[in-house]
Amino acid sequence: MSTATQQIEELANTEYKYGFVTDVEQDIVPVGLNEGTVRLISGKKGEPDWMLEWRLKSFRAWLKMTEPNWQNVHHPPIDYQGTSYYAAPSEKKKLNSLDEVDPEIRAAFDKLGIPLNEQKLLSNVAVDAVFDSVSVATTFRGKLAEMGIIFCSFSDAVKDHPDLVKQYMGSVVPHMDNYFAALNSAVFTDGSFVYIPKGVRCPMELSTYFRINAKNTGQFERTLIIADEGAYVSYLEGCTAPMRDENQLHAAVVELVAHTDATIKYSTVQNWYPGDKNGKGGIYNFVTKRGICKGARSKITWTQVETGSAITWKYPSCILLGDDSVGEFYSVAVTNNYQQADTGTKMIHLGKNTRSTIVSKGISAGKGQNTYRGAVKIGKNATNARNYSQCDSLLLGDRCGAHTFPYLEIKNSTAKVEHEASTSKIGEDQMFYCEQRGISKEDAINMIVNGFCKDVFRELPMEFAVEAQKLLGVSLEGSVG
Amino acid sequence: MLDVKNLKVRVADKEILRGITLSVKAGEVHAIMGPNGSGKSTFARALAGHPGYEVTDGTVTYQGRDLLDMDPDERAREGVFMAFQYPVEIPGVNNAYFLKAALNAKRKHHGLEELDAMDFMALMTEKAKILDVDEKMLQRSVNEGFSGGEKKRNEIFHMAVLEPTLAVLDETDSGLDIDALRIVSQGVNAMRSPDRSFIVVTHYQRLLNYIVPDFVHVLSDGLLVRSGGRELALELEEKGYGWLETAAAGART
Repeated sequence: MSTATQQIEELANTEYKYGFVTDVEQDIVPVGLNEGTVRLISGKKGEPDWMLEWRLKSFRAWLKMTEPNWQNVHHPPIDYQGTSYYAAPSEKKKLNSLDEVDPEIRAAFDKLGIPLNEQKLLSNVAVDAVFDSVSVATTFRGKLAEMGIIFCSFSDAVKDHPDLVKQYMGSVVPHMDNYFAALNSAVFTDGSFVYIPKGVRCPMELSTYFRINAKNTGQFERTLIIADEGAYVSYLEGCTAPMRDENQLHAAVVELVAHTDATIKYSTVQNWYPGDKNGKGGIYNFVTKRGICKGARSKITWTQVETGSAITWKYPSCILLGDDSVGEFYSVAVTNNYQQADTGTKMIHLGKNTRSTIVSKGISAGKGQNTYRGAVKIGKNATNARNYSQCDSLLLGDRCGAHTFPYLEIKNSTAKVEHEASTSKIGEDQMFYCEQRGISKEDAINMIVNGFCKDVFRELPMEFAVEAQKLLGVSLEGSVG
Repeated sequence: MLDVKNLKVRVADKEILRGITLSVKAGEVHAIMGPNGSGKSTFARALAGHPGYEVTDGTVTYQGRDLLDMDPDERAREGVFMAFQYPVEIPGVNNAYFLKAALNAKRKHHGLEELDAMDFMALMTEKAKILDVDEKMLQRSVNEGFSGGEKKRNEIFHMAVLEPTLAVLDETDSGLDIDALRIVSQGVNAMRSPDRSFIVVTHYQRLLNYIVPDFVHVLSDGLLVRSGGRELALELEEKGYGWLETAAAGART
C-alpha cells in the first residue's frame, strides 16, 4: 500500500458528530408488522377512514411483493418483524406555540443547529422538525399562511386539507410502486406537506429536519409538495440519527407535483448515521423520490448531498410530461468505510422539447462502494427531447469502488442524448502539489474534493452549500493522503 | 541556508542520486545542469519532499534544521518552494482561492495574521502586474486547461505571492517561448535578494542568459561532476554533454 493510501485510510476515521441520544419519554408501539400495526398507527394519529383504507390497501400489496435485489448493495436480510413502526415523544397534548415543545427535544434540535425558536432563526428558512415518527414543530406557519402557502406536517394535512391530500397522494409514487414505497404507504408516520398556490413565489426556503432518536424503530416519512401554476418553492431536507449498533430502517417517499410554469427545487443533505468504521450499525436508507412536471414549462430540480447511511438506495426522478418542461438532478454521494450507495436518477421524457440534466459526483473512500444508476427514457411523442448526463467518480485510496450503470431507452429519433463519464483518483501528484504550496493534507483533500463537487454545490441554496462542504470534510476526514 | 551532504535518493528501487554534496548560501543562485536522466529533477523533488522519492542516505540541513525530517507541507511553510516541471491540474479549485489558502497557511505557521479577501486581492493584483499575468488566469481552476507556458508562468506567480526563502525551479524554461522566458526570468530576477536563494534546474544554458547564476553545477548519472561559475554553462553549451560521460565513468570507478 502506498503512503498516500495509508494517509487516506488514516484520515477516514472521524467520529459521527450527531450520534447523541435524546432522553425523552417515548410512546413506542411493539415491534412487528401486521394489519393490526397499520390500524394502530392510523388510530394513534386519529386518521379518517379513507386514509386507513389507503394504508391497508398498500399493506396488502406489500405482502405480495418481494424485496428488490438488483441493486449493487449487500446486507443481511432485513427483519421487518423486528422493527417498531411508530415512536413518538409521549406528550400528547396539542401544542399551541413553539415554546411548548419539550425542552429535551428542543435541545436536541439546537444541538443539531436547528433552532426551533422563530426569533432565533437568522436565516430565511421555515422549518418542520420531525422527531422519530412525528412532527414536533413547524415554524413560520402563520406568516406563510397569509400568502396562501400551506406548510405543515403530513398528519395535519390529512386532517386540515384532505382534498389536496386525496388528490395528490400516490399520484406520482403509486401505493404499490415498489417494495419500499408500498411499505411506506402502509406505515408512514409523518412528514411534510407543502402547497404553493397559483402564482405565488414562496419567499423563504422551506425545510424539514428529520431525526431518528428511538432505538429499534424505523422512520417512514412521506413528503408531498405541490406547486400550482406559476408557483415557485425551494425545499430543503436534512437528516441525522444517533449512533446505534444495529441497523435501522428508513424508507421514505417524496412526491413532487409541478403544474404549468411552476418550479420546485428540492435539496437534500442526507447525513444519517453511516455505521462505525468496521461497518457495524448505520441506517438503511431506502427512499423513493419522484416528481412530475405536469404542466408546460414546469421545472423540477433535485440536488442531493448524500454522506450518511450504511446503505443508500435512492433515485430521485422526474417525469417530464408537460411540453418544454425541465428536469435536473445534481448529486454528490460519498461512501467511506463500509458504506454502500446505489443512487442516481430517472428522467422520463414524455412531452415535447423536454430537457434534462444529470450531474452525478460519486466519491469513494475506505472500503466504500459507490454506484451511479441512472435511466434516461425518451417516449415516442417526446420530439426534440434533450438529455445531458455527466457522471464522475473520485476514488480515494485503492480499496473502494465506483460503478456506473447508465440505461438509455430512446423511442424518438429526434432526441439528443449525451453521456459523459470519468473516474479519477486523487493522485499523489495533486496532493503533493498542494502540500508543496504549504497546504496541509486535510485541507488539500477538502479542497480537491470540493473542487470535484463544485458543479453540484453551486445548485444548493447558500447556507446549505456551506453546510454541505463542511459535512463533506467531516465525512472524509482521515481519508486521504 | 542549505547544506546537502552525500544525498542518495532512490525512486522505485532504482538509485538515481548517488551522493550529492552542495552548499547554498543566502542570496546565491545555483544552476544545476545536466543531460536527460542525470537526476536533476530528482534532486529538486527530493528537496521538496515528494513521497515517491526515497532518501536512502545523506543529510539536508535547511536554515539549521533537518529538512528531511519535515513533511512536504511543513517544508513549504518554512519557505521552500518548488516550481514544478509539470504543474498539476486541480479541477474546480479556483487559482486565487488556492493561493490564498497556501499563503494563509504559511502566514499562520509564522504567527502572522491571515490575509482577508480584500488584502489578498490587492497583493495578487500587484504581483500579477509584475509578471504580466492575466487576471482571468487567477479566476480559473488551478492549471486546468492552461497552456504549457501559462502553467509555468502560474508557477512563478505562485512563487511571487508566497515569497519563499529557497526557491527550486525545476526546468521552468522547458516549453516556454522566448517572450515568456523573458517575463518569467524578470519575475525571478526581481525576487533576487540577499536573503533568498535559488536553485535553478535546467537542461539548457539559454535560461542562464536571463537568470545569471553565481554557481553552475553539472550533474551526470547521479553525481555532481563539475562545479564552477557561470562560464561553465557557456562551456557546456559549446561542448554539449557528451564529454561528461567520460567524467562520470571515471567517477563511478
